[in-house]
Amino acid sequence: MTILRRRLLTGALGGGALLTLAGCDSVSDSPEVQDVLGRVEGLDRWLQRRLQGRDALAREFTAADISREFRANGSTSVDDPDYQRLAEGGFADWRLTVDGLVQRPLSLSLAELRAMPSRTQITRHDCVEGWSCIGQWSGVRLASILALAGLQPAARYVVFHCADTLERTLDNSGQYYESIDLIDAAHPQTILAYDMNGAPLPVAHGAPLRVRVERQLGYKMAKYVMRIEVVDSFSSLGRGRGSFWADRGYEWYAGI
Amino acid sequence: MATQTIRRHSVLVRLTHWINVLCFTLLVMSGMQIFNAHPALDVGSTSDFAHPLVDLGDGFPHWLTLPGYQDLALGRRWHFFLAWLFVLNGLAYLLVGLIGRHVRRDLVPTVAELRSLPHEIAEHARLRFPAGEAARRYNVLQQLTYLVVILVLLPLMLATGLTMSPGMDAAFPWLPELFGGRQTARTIHFASASLLVLFTVVHLAMVVLSGFFNNLRSMVTGRYVLPPERVSRERLTRERVS
Repeated sequence: MTILRRRLLTGALGGGALLTLAGCDSVSDSPEVQDVLGRVEGLDRWLQRRLQGRDALAREFTAADISREFRANGSTSVDDPDYQRLAEGGFADWRLTVDGLVQRPLSLSLAELRAMPSRTQITRHDCVEGWSCIGQWSGVRLASILALAGLQPAARYVVFHCADTLERTLDNSGQYYESIDLIDAAHPQTILAYDMNGAPLPVAHGAPLRVRVERQLGYKMAKYVMRIEVVDSFSSLGRGRGSFWADRGYEWYAGI
Repeated sequence: MATQTIRRHSVLVRLTHWINVLCFTLLVMSGMQIFNAHPALDVGSTSDFAHPLVDLGDGFPHWLTLPGYQDLALGRRWHFFLAWLFVLNGLAYLLVGLIGRHVRRDLVPTVAELRSLPHEIAEHARLRFPAGEAARRYNVLQQLTYLVVILVLLPLMLATGLTMSPGMDAAFPWLPELFGGRQTARTIHFASASLLVLFTVVHLAMVVLSGFFNNLRSMVTGRYVLPPERVSRERLTRERVS
């Protein structure tokens, strides 16, 4: 092999490596590339659903496992004056709206929710950032609320509209919202929690009501839930991807 | 003595090797991006924010991460996409390597090779590498290192990676049990990735020291020139005496 070929081969490899590293950001920034990279989300969801089955439970821990410090992430308070008035009144006047593709729209008070059969679970909360905390959650199963309202045949997703604005935007797209499909909505551990560690949910953790979706990451577990809307598609909500964080590039299915 | 050229690496080994290079580099870079969102390590199921096992302050510099600025969402997209490619590539290598006997023939050391381990370590420490006929096969240090990487570190990466997924933990509750909790799995994922990076550094150093161009070509075209036998001074003396 000649010196020239030698140099060419070495140069090509070295140059290729440098280009790869330097080109990463321009490749990363391309919407087409992001779209291709994001396609595996569907594969991941399909595979995890097959492996889990519908009712596989997230592990439940004991009271001794509860974290002393449970980090509050995302919004830890709400600026909305209406919400603040409700909070000052101990959420006595707060009502949960259930509407959309349901047979009987509902408006439920906290007392009415507390009067329904409850479920208590001690579970691990995994943040997308990488940390985990264990807490105890009590609330009413989402499936019970949906049974009360009755789903229309076209229903496919359950959307949680929240009181908090996590990002200030002119078009109000910074309002927090989340959505799950009917498989997660029917899961026994999917609850609307009003108690945390045996006490009413603190404001930092989403008072008066937050969702628990135990087989997914923390950002799915919307806080400050004001309204539950049943829809057939979330394309008209926010930026159309089904959740505040999905609108910002995160996976809608957060099982990973 | 005429130089002898052999076909050293099969198409399978060469192809999967370079796919590996691409995937592993980008996995480490996107992995550091993800790590930077919470640059601390813990043991057990949960995080101890006040007293983590390891606290890396601000984490890795951004020129090392993918993308090269703070973006957890995009880092995750890269990581999970590449992980599939990496695993499928590794499975193809293992499957064809097992059927085609590459693993048993080239990677599993013979008893004689295992016995030569102390000698091989001493030789490597002097930067003297197998030559002539001995250079036809991986030496025993290579064999053992590659086996540890292929059969221990890489499966560990995959298993601890899956354990960090709440969805996988619901499907296989024994996963976090196996590693002693999700945060321990995250720490093992980090440690095992660090060992793989260390392996890569040593591997590259060996590639350079034992004949950079010859090695590189053998992984691109497959052709490898057997390095000529070294004639040591001791042997010359011995031969003269006898």
